[in-house]
Amino acid sequence: MNAPVSEHIVKSYDAELQRLTQEIQRMGDLALAELEASIDAVVKRDSEAAEIVVGSDGAIDALELEVSHDVVQLLVARAPMARDLREVMAALRIASDIERIGDYAANVAKRAISLNQLAPVKPVHALPRLAELAGELLRDVLDAYRDRDADAALLAWARDEELDELYTSLFRELLTYMMEDPRNITASTHLLFMAKNIERIGDHATNIAENVYYLVHGSRIGQIRRKGDATASTVLHGPAAD
Amino acid sequence: MTNAYVPLAAPSVVANPKTDILATPPKMSARNLDFYYDGFHALKGINLDIAERQITALIGPSGCGKSTLLRIFNRIYAIYPKLTAQGEVLLDGENILDPKYSLNRLRGRVGMVFQKPVPFPMSIYENIAYAIRHYEKLSKADLDVRVEQALVQGALWNEVKDKLKQSALGLSGGQQQRLCIARAVALKPDVLLLDEPTSALDPIATGKIEQLVAELKEHYTIAIVTHNMQQAARCSDYTAFMYLGELIEFGATDRLFTKPAKQQTEDYITGRFG
Amino acid sequence: MSAGTVADHLYRRRRLANQLALTLATAATLFGVFWLIWILWTALSFGIGAMKWDLFTQMTPPPGSDGGLLNAFAGSLIMCLGAILIGTPIGIAAGTYLAEFTGRSRLGETIRFFNDILLSAPSIVLGLFIYELVVHQVGHFSAIAGALALALIVLPVVVRTTDEMLKLVPGQMREAALSLGVPQWKVTMQVLFRSALPGIVTGVLLALARISGETAPLLFTALNNQYWTTDLNAPMASIPVVIFQYAMSPYESWQQLAWAGAFVVTIFVLLLSLVSRAILLRNKVRND
Repeated sequence: MNAPVSEHIVKSYDAELQRLTQEIQRMGDLALAELEASIDAVVKRDSEAAEIVVGSDGAIDALELEVSHDVVQLLVARAPMARDLREVMAALRIASDIERIGDYAANVAKRAISLNQLAPVKPVHALPRLAELAGELLRDVLDAYRDRDADAALLAWARDEELDELYTSLFRELLTYMMEDPRNITASTHLLFMAKNIERIGDHATNIAENVYYLVHGSRIGQIRRKGDATASTVLHGPAAD
Repeated sequence: MTNAYVPLAAPSVVANPKTDILATPPKMSARNLDFYYDGFHALKGINLDIAERQITALIGPSGCGKSTLLRIFNRIYAIYPKLTAQGEVLLDGENILDPKYSLNRLRGRVGMVFQKPVPFPMSIYENIAYAIRHYEKLSKADLDVRVEQALVQGALWNEVKDKLKQSALGLSGGQQQRLCIARAVALKPDVLLLDEPTSALDPIATGKIEQLVAELKEHYTIAIVTHNMQQAARCSDYTAFMYLGELIEFGATDRLFTKPAKQQTEDYITGRFG
Repeated sequence: MSAGTVADHLYRRRRLANQLALTLATAATLFGVFWLIWILWTALSFGIGAMKWDLFTQMTPPPGSDGGLLNAFAGSLIMCLGAILIGTPIGIAAGTYLAEFTGRSRLGETIRFFNDILLSAPSIVLGLFIYELVVHQVGHFSAIAGALALALIVLPVVVRTTDEMLKLVPGQMREAALSLGVPQWKVTMQVLFRSALPGIVTGVLLALARISGETAPLLFTALNNQYWTTDLNAPMASIPVVIFQYAMSPYESWQQLAWAGAFVVTIFVLLLSLVSRAILLRNKVRND
């Protein structure tokens, strides 16, 4: 049921819903830019840029407040029903997901500042790849939201598995790296948390996909996905002591 | 659930046979019901179940036939000439449209409350007693008990117990409407039909009526016509959406208002009707 | 001319038209009220002078001598009550039939049309009708014939008010009563009449007010009687006829009695109007 939605009898209702959608899109754009900038700061070891990213997260938080306010207004004034109700509910949930994504991106930037005070470590090269994939996921679900395209949302939702697998392999690599030389532990731990943050961004992107699907169909994506993140059960044994 | 019934509405009208199953057996059912108003085809092939001791809301734009349908359920339409109903309306399996089904019996079993509160120009006590006396010969003491019961059920007793002999016309609009509900339930009917019972009342009086309706559900099968969609969403278990004399969609209220299956239902409940 | 001055111009013109219309309407009202007050004033000033206790104890006198109007009062009372007793039940029944059983049907509208003709028929025609129907057949004037003629005036008024008042009862009250399973005749008698009663009573009172001043229908029917009688089969005196006769006579004492009679009738009608207004008003307040 992806029919072009006809207009409400009350025109201002349409305007209010449209404003909500625009606010979400603006939040999404900001979060994406924040993620890219934070990885850029990691790769270029640019602490100043990282500071800027940390400082810019407030804009997303402010927008989320705006969305909450508009949602409350809509609920009070329009008592939305059916698709309109799902629009409003989805906007509220998606806004909170994007807000979390912004927080994670800011966390990555914060750790980049700490990381820059240490000697460079090799596994850093894997982080941009992870962030790129998370960014793609996020862009896809935001596009799906913009187009109210449940199929695209479903595709993006399934791709989170890739991200999880990439994260698991990075996790293993970092553990190995730490075991090789304990001097790497500080930097590697920072990297590990940064990778975890990016993986979490992917999870929130899938939440957004689920909400887009709910918005369009009024039902939930069936719980069919197997988790690709296997780090919870990952145990690496150190080189056997001879 | 052992007592689950798939509602009678045609499969295309029932959106989701899984969630829209009736929790209780149907008390009243319209079957292939057509209604003509002086040649005008006002209801077209209605098939609908009203579940026992549940609240069923009828919604739709003005002139869609929802009030007409309600007014067939106790044959009140029959007081006007040139109105004809075809098909069946079953009450516990008996066709009430059958001329052999006595009006007296039908109206004792199916009570009705109207849009405008219409207390009779008598005392509060007499308003209730008048209806009871028509059906039963009771002693004064028994009648007193019945009147009190009805007023308690109508959530009005505490407000009027000290002025039973006063004219019912002195009550507020909301009280008058609760008196009308009490008058209807005084006959101990099976079914209670409410035709936009709160459209003339302020939000507080409306709230009291809605609370009362929720309590009455324990004893009565209730069908309510309302223009207020939030009211339908708040009060009812099932909702039927009608348009141009047809039943467009029937289903569980929480499903219908969040995920209507028909575009017409969606357009109506979201305020997109052109 | 700018938009502002156009609007101003329009506004001034409308205000002028408004004032003109208001002035004309007020003038018309004053014109009507002026005559009314003059008539009342004349009746009262002449009447009060002629008021005395004998009025209610003495019979109408022969020319030139003193007396009262007792027989005329009694006659008016008897014939008016008779007319109400005959006209009201038939009128209520017919009005109920119209409102509850014919509705807007052709038959109902036809009956209403003829009722309206009867309502506006000149009362002298009704008198002639009864003269032809009763007096002529029986061979002499009588109080019964007078009451019948007056009843013909009462009837359409009561039919009309009953019809209107029942139609004013909200349809939903009718439906609410019927939906309790109560049969229609019981609903009409026990619920609808109760609701329409103040209006119907008002109609009856207004009809009474109207017939208590009617002269023409009585001239050919009850005629007049100089003496005391309660015999319904005999001619009977009545206030309007006595006024008619005495006012035109050359005798001073008769003219005085005519003024006194006019005064009493005027006060009576005034009181009836006030009472019926009070009943309607009380009912209206209660319903709001």
